[in-house]
Amino acid sequence: MSQIFHRSANSFARISIFGAVFMLAFLGWIAFEIDRSPWQTRQAQIREQPVPFSHVHHVGDLGLDCRYCHTTVETSSFANIPPTKTCMNCHSQIWSASPTLEPVRASFRTGTSIRWTRVYDLPDFVYFNHSIHVNKGVGCETCHGRVDRMPLTWQEHSLQMSWCLDCHRQPEKYVRPREFVTALGYQPAGDREEIGRRLVKEYGIQDVRTLTSCNTCHR
Amino acid sequence: MPTETGDRSRESEVGRPRPGVGAGHARPAAHLDRAKVGRTPSSARDPLVALFALAAVLLALASSACRQDMHDQPKYIPLRPSDFFADGRSERPLAEGTVARGHLNGDAEYYTGKGPDGQPVEAFPFPVTKDIIERGGQRFDIYCAPCHGRLGDGGGMIVRRGFRRPPSYHIDRLRNAPSGYLYGVISSGFGAMQDYAAQIEPRDRWAIVAYVRALQLSQNASIGDVPPEAREQLEARK
Ligand code: HEC
Ligand code: HEC
Ligand code: HEC
Ligand code: HEC
Ligand code: HEC
Ligand code: HEC
Repeated sequence: MSQIFHRSANSFARISIFGAVFMLAFLGWIAFEIDRSPWQTRQAQIREQPVPFSHVHHVGDLGLDCRYCHTTVETSSFANIPPTKTCMNCHSQIWSASPTLEPVRASFRTGTSIRWTRVYDLPDFVYFNHSIHVNKGVGCETCHGRVDRMPLTWQEHSLQMSWCLDCHRQPEKYVRPREFVTALGYQPAGDREEIGRRLVKEYGIQDVRTLTSCNTCHR
Repeated sequence: MPTETGDRSRESEVGRPRPGVGAGHARPAAHLDRAKVGRTPSSARDPLVALFALAAVLLALASSACRQDMHDQPKYIPLRPSDFFADGRSERPLAEGTVARGHLNGDAEYYTGKGPDGQPVEAFPFPVTKDIIERGGQRFDIYCAPCHGRLGDGGGMIVRRGFRRPPSYHIDRLRNAPSGYLYGVISSGFGAMQDYAAQIEPRDRWAIVAYVRALQLSQNASIGDVPPEAREQLEARK
């Protein structure tokens, strides 16, 4: 068989073997970035909903408190999505002929549920609990962002493990007095971390070791 | 009565399989071995082939739909829809004629606000403390103030947007109404006002009533009702 490649092809081969290491690292890095990108975590993506419910109107304009609708957020792991009846408290009279609200009225008439599309969704192997966070002074805003500026709800943070841990390692950076948990645009009266450290003590927030051990969230 | 739970579909997940990336996928990695098999005189091509194979495998991994069994376990979490029941709800209503544990609600006065004669009770079923009134105030601002206004005068935000205007709490009829009556309005609604039984626990309903009582007192108070030591403070602020 005649020579197909010139001798110099050998060094080309060596370089590409060497380069393969970098290539691998590069591909690994790409994969890693894809895994953390909003495309994968679905961060900041608007979800279609059966009714264009807007927190801008209901929270921003009308000033409703989160707990008017998300009733169980302080007492259970689950925040609750309001049943149709809650909408009808007001929409029995307000915009009661609007076609936008027809799915709500239809649901109320027939007793079938409105099927909202989930926005925040942790994998089922993660344990999350609203009540502990809310009662220890972690505000809705810290995790869900300014919902009063979201015409349709989107996911504010990545919901990746690193996001949870970032706060569990240093809760004093985020906690606020309990009476402000549902407030949006909270500004601490003074140094945030100093207030945070005081609250961590006052609310008896556990040490970093407990909060970052695997079985806190994977149980 | 038509009802409750907003089911949440998991459509978003069906529509968009989450690609998995990582070391867990041992099988495709095995394909890399092909580079060794090809160790022949034309070896110079192999690293390139291997590279392309690797790139292809990694890309395939990054974009393929992997099974997400642990992410989406076949269990019911709150409001997850069910294929099994005709109405699609995993939360089941109580079977008729049964009472859930801890929901006997035997204390009729506490749960209905009505005495044995069916008339609303005057007295509170438990002692009212400052904590209760504060709790009531917080709950009032969440659930009632949107319509009744923070002062209870009936000028809340929803009313300004066109909801029927409720009467002020400070009219004589409501000032003289027994506490059990106010509790009843919260629990079963009144006219255009829907009931708040599903949103507010009985204890909180009583707390709200206590706060409404406090509001009624405050809106009809005169300087003579203020204790002397606090009176100075008020005068100073004027
Ligand atoms: C008038 C009732 C109402 C009020 C008040 C309200 N919400 Fe909502 N919320 C809803 C409804 C209905 C949905 C489901 C539709 C959607 O996702 O936008 C929802 C969805 C959400 C979601 C996304 C849930 C998911 O699908 O994962 C978050 C987060 C949320 N609300 C936070 C808040 C916060 C924080 C407040 C207070 C500042 C608040 N809401 C006040 C009715 C309300
Ligand atoms: C406390 C009263 C109240 C409740 C509860 C309430 N709404 Fe509304 N909603 C309003 C008012 C008032 C408006 C009109 C907003 C405006 O004029 O800015 C409105 C407007 C709307 C609109 C129309 C917005 C637009 O621009 O087309 C939709 C859709 C809507 N609500 C859906 C819902 C749904 C779904 C629920 C139940 C989860 C709900 N609302 C619960 C008071 C309420
Ligand atoms: C520590 C962060 C954190 C805080 C604080 C927080 N949430 Fe959430 N919330 C989450 C996460 C994470 C999920 C997704 C839970 C899941 O998928 O199981 C979620 C889900 C929700 C949902 C969807 C229903 C559910 O429970 O799965 C609603 C509604 C909601 N949050 C509202 C609120 C409101 C209102 C507050 C404030 C009173 C609040 N959240 C405070 C992190 C938080
Ligand atoms: C902004 C801060 C913050 C974020 C973000 C956050 N947490 Fe927490 N978490 C806390 C605080 C504060 C506590 C209260 C700890 C205590 O009481 O000792 C807590 C407690 C918990 C607990 C209860 C611990 C116990 O001892 O029972 C669980 C479970 C938990 N968090 C899960 C999560 C998960 C899962 C996420 C991510 C999806 C998350 N948290 C994100 C601040 C946060
Ligand atoms: C504060 C809560 C929290 C703690 C503590 C925690 N995790 Fe996680 N973990 C999560 C969340 C949230 C996810 C889901 C991330 C996602 O959806 O991308 C997760 C995902 C994972 C996954 C799956 C990753 C994947 O891509 O599917 C593994 C494995 C894991 N955790 C291991 C651990 C181990 C080991 C520890 C202890 C060192 C630990 N976790 C501690 C919250 C936590
Ligand atoms: C969506 C608006 C709305 C909300 C929220 C609301 N109400 Fe009302 N309420 C009304 C209206 C409207 C009336 C007048 C009803 C009528 O005359 O048909 C009323 C009437 C009343 C009355 C007077 C009944 C009578 O005999 O005249 C009381 C007491 C009352 N509400 C208490 C409450 C309490 C306590 C809350 C909070 C738990 C509350 N309401 C929340 C709209 C509301």
